[in-house]
Amino acid sequence: MSDISLPRMQHIIGSGVVAVVGIWVAVVSYTQQPSEAFLFPRLIATVFVVLALWTFAKACLGWTKVGNGLSVRQFRNLAPGLIVALIYVFWAAKGLGFYSATAIAFFILLSLYDPAPHTAFRSWLKRVIITACFMAVMYGLFASLLKVYTPREIFF
Amino acid sequence: MEFIFYFGDVFTPVNFGLLLLGTIGGLILGATPGLSPTMAVALLIPFTFQLEAAQGLILLGAAYTSTVAGGAVSAILLKIPGAPANIATTLDGHTMAQKGEGAKALQLSFLSSAVGGIFGVLLLIFLTPVLAKWALAFGPSHLFWLAILGVTVIGSLDSRSVVKGLLSGCIGLWLATIGFDDIMGAQRFIFHPALGGGINIIAALIGLFAIPQVITMFAKGRHNDGAEVIQVRKHPIGAALSELMRNKRAMGIGTITGSIIGLIPGVGGQIAGLVAYDQSRKFSPERAKFGTGHPEGLVAAESANNAMVGPSLVPLLTLSIPGSPTAAVLLGGLLIHGIFPGTDLFDNHPDVAWTFINSMLIGQVLMCLFGLYVAGVAARVAQVPQSVMAAVVLGLAVFGSYSVQSSMGDVYVMAALGVMMYFLERFGFSAAPLVLGLILGPIAEANFIQGSMIANATDGMTPYFLGGSLNLFLIAVVIASIAYSAYMELRSRRFTSKEEIMA
Repeated sequence: MSDISLPRMQHIIGSGVVAVVGIWVAVVSYTQQPSEAFLFPRLIATVFVVLALWTFAKACLGWTKVGNGLSVRQFRNLAPGLIVALIYVFWAAKGLGFYSATAIAFFILLSLYDPAPHTAFRSWLKRVIITACFMAVMYGLFASLLKVYTPREIFF
Repeated sequence: MEFIFYFGDVFTPVNFGLLLLGTIGGLILGATPGLSPTMAVALLIPFTFQLEAAQGLILLGAAYTSTVAGGAVSAILLKIPGAPANIATTLDGHTMAQKGEGAKALQLSFLSSAVGGIFGVLLLIFLTPVLAKWALAFGPSHLFWLAILGVTVIGSLDSRSVVKGLLSGCIGLWLATIGFDDIMGAQRFIFHPALGGGINIIAALIGLFAIPQVITMFAKGRHNDGAEVIQVRKHPIGAALSELMRNKRAMGIGTITGSIIGLIPGVGGQIAGLVAYDQSRKFSPERAKFGTGHPEGLVAAESANNAMVGPSLVPLLTLSIPGSPTAAVLLGGLLIHGIFPGTDLFDNHPDVAWTFINSMLIGQVLMCLFGLYVAGVAARVAQVPQSVMAAVVLGLAVFGSYSVQSSMGDVYVMAALGVMMYFLERFGFSAAPLVLGLILGPIAEANFIQGSMIANATDGMTPYFLGGSLNLFLIAVVIASIAYSAYMELRSRRFTSKEEIMA
């Protein structure tokens, strides 16, 4: 396996995951009852699994021509932001409260990806001001204008 | 000529205010690199919940029209296309700006966008009722094949790989079946409590279009694009109009090409702009000047990408088959207001349908008027760092998807689908067919079940679904679109160099 390039390995993993999902959909569609409820899913699952296995076979044989995969550099760049975003969506928004979690996540993401230097006081001040402005706009739009009641939880 | 009776509705204070808001906001959003028209419209849907159906559609339609035109601002002044539709605009538009003709390029861009856009909307006005009457002849089997056609055409034409495009469509169709079955009430594929009510289309649309863009911005890291706005000098509008008249041929080619391409489901503005640019160059006696800041190229590209906006809505409004990802998002906007487009849209909701279409016509004029004034602001917005854009879009996506049903489940679905789509896109899958599958899935299933019942009571499944001239025609189009795309894919591969394959 050591001679398999990173993009090819990624294609094998990616199309493999899709193929596994396709097989699962097909198995569920053909085994679950009542069968009438799975008539249409069966139709889709059959095409789904054939195309997914075809794609997987092409990836294994190295015939995949489309899709660049993800470089190590891209992965390193996106990982911190993705982790912050996932924590924000799947835990903080409900656990801390929508507005406080959004403000924290917004500020962290801004700090992580803002090209301005991290050593300059002015750039930190700018980030705080941008976060405050954004939160004011979000509150105005969703709480005041659209009357959306968001989870308040620990903070707000 | 029924549409004339509803012109007055566009000018009520609220409707006209929303049209202005959508147009100006769309111009600014369109200029922002990374904010595609589809994503902008998807993010706007939650703001239409409290509006009446016609008002919501006016806002979404205006945003759709003007984001396509607004993308020209960053294409001309920054050499960054605001949307894929503006790729061809950069070729001559930015060179004109570099030569000190930035204002002239912007004026020509908005004027030709308006001409192309108005022609496209007129086509929408006159074609839609005719096709809607014709569509009355459609039964469940035809509607089933039409839904499949919608997915396969976009799956095969919009993707670089036919197989992966069709597979994306299948994933979308499967996602549409998650939840409780409508007829038997059986649970299907509910592997998480958040999926109990099925996948909410609006949350899914936001996730599928916004989140991959956010992660793409993350993947670029902490770097500054370094794009500088080229300063523009004043240029008389009369001179721009004269220049436009001198480029009638390019405008005609762009407008007609864009309109025809817009009518074909799955072929977007990006292709319209590039094809029109190419055709205009072929027919021009000054073809050598193309790419060196020649107004003809700019006029052809911009008239084409706005001319396709109106016709791209024809399949949606007549057959309830969205012809493009943005049309699919607009369908989501219609469905949340309980309006189902199709054959009886113009009988049951003529006020909504015609007010929406008329607003798009007026919107083209407003876009042209305001475009020139907003261009400066839009170009500044286009310089907003990606870090800010990523965080803003993420925040809007979370709040927007939550506000659909005040459900955290929708937020989880939005995020999960968005992250999944980002990684799928890296492997050559495409969001457009997946979205079409998700939206057309319930239409395809409902007609498949209804057709099965009729078939079982009559001749059987095979004659019902595979017999009849209309069924055979639709099946032939499905097969032809797949075969054509496969042929084009093989042909382009034949010309791929050995070095490219090795890389």
